[in-house]
Amino acid sequence: MGIEIVLNILRFVVLLGLQILVLNQVEISGFLNPYLYVLFILALPIETPRAIVLILAFITGLTMDVFSDTLGIHTTACLWVALLRPAMIKLISPREGFEFYFKPTLGYLGLPKYLLYAGILVFVHHFVLFFLEFFRFDELPRMLLKIVASSVFTLILIFISQQFFSKGKSGQ
Amino acid sequence: MNNLINFLIRSWFFILFLFLQIGALVLLFSNNSYHSASYFNSANAISGRVYETQSEITDYFTLKSANADLAEENARLRSNLPSAFEITDRKFFVKNDTIFAQKYSYTNAKIINNSTNRRNNYITLNKGSLQGIQPKMGVISPNGIVGVVKDVSPNYATVLSFLHKAVKVSAKIRKNGYFGSLVWEGGNPDFGYLKDIPSYVKLVKGDTIVTTSYSDIFPEDIMVGVVESLDEKPNDSFHNIRVKLSTNFTTLSYVYVIKDVTRSERDSLENKTIKAVEKDDNGN
Repeated sequence: MGIEIVLNILRFVVLLGLQILVLNQVEISGFLNPYLYVLFILALPIETPRAIVLILAFITGLTMDVFSDTLGIHTTACLWVALLRPAMIKLISPREGFEFYFKPTLGYLGLPKYLLYAGILVFVHHFVLFFLEFFRFDELPRMLLKIVASSVFTLILIFISQQFFSKGKSGQ
Repeated sequence: MNNLINFLIRSWFFILFLFLQIGALVLLFSNNSYHSASYFNSANAISGRVYETQSEITDYFTLKSANADLAEENARLRSNLPSAFEITDRKFFVKNDTIFAQKYSYTNAKIINNSTNRRNNYITLNKGSLQGIQPKMGVISPNGIVGVVKDVSPNYATVLSFLHKAVKVSAKIRKNGYFGSLVWEGGNPDFGYLKDIPSYVKLVKGDTIVTTSYSDIFPEDIMVGVVESLDEKPNDSFHNIRVKLSTNFTTLSYVYVIKDVTRSERDSLENKTIKAVEKDDNGN
């Protein structure tokens, strides 16, 4: 349990550092803004109390907002991910229930279930985020294109990073 | 009983969500005005330091284009030096300092954080209130306009980039003086749109767009860009002019912050007029 907390703090620092210092600075196209940091909320242990997930999501979003001058936008998007996470976990859970401290990762869940879990939550996050960023209806097609393109890109990054993480885990 | 407890636990989760969500929305809406919640932005001490350290490393990659810009500007300024002019007729040469009062003063600043790929882009500068930067000052680059200062902390400042949906710049066509407002509609950071120019005004590709004297943020005749094309809609009484911006936002590194020395006088006079008119309206 102690080591789990240390691991999650480490993951928070690495993912937000990567997001702020690298991904936010990379300019591929106006339609591709990947937000890999949301993986921090997705990868919290399944047994984490929902209220703790909410508070951690709030802190994560606020940190992103401070660094990108978008006060409230990332915070709201993260809160929605935390709100819907329990329902998504229910959707992917096996009938006999999870073992304690089971982690929602690609290695544990397998591709179809993980794609369902991460896909929906990333889409919700990006939808809320870009909706609040644009906040006008005359740019709706551009907004939708950006939501879909960026969600797909974020998912690809999540899968790549899961490959890295799961290699270390599968040996145990 | 179990159901009741379950319901309470469930609703407590939702109440906590609502509580945090309201907090986030308060932050979101307070961020839309100037002078607000200035601790929660990239000008605060921690994030300012992080971005400054990062920029110390990444600056090496843009040194080449920054040098080119500065050298070009030096050449332009050098051509304005007294030594670059020859006095042709001494008889009419009058110099009187009381005629020319200083209206604008400039201070240079370095960009330590910048983006161009979002709908609303912000810039962080390495100077703040201790160096005389104040909210609502204009920011320009050697090539053209950049944005408007939003918040300041003692050592850093955040700038609303021109690439932001809240920024409108009063701009005119240099050759005939027709003015409108220049906005960025998202997408490509190289192009903006000039609105409100009547459709009977004749324009050609390459016409120069500069700032007007109406704005209290930028001095008059600062370069903005050139006409790229006219995206017309039928039966519209205004042009929709696509403007190639002269500032290259993707390689910006050094900028100038403009202080309008007469700003407070102008503001108080304009506010007085507005208040007087409102009073009249109420009286009727």
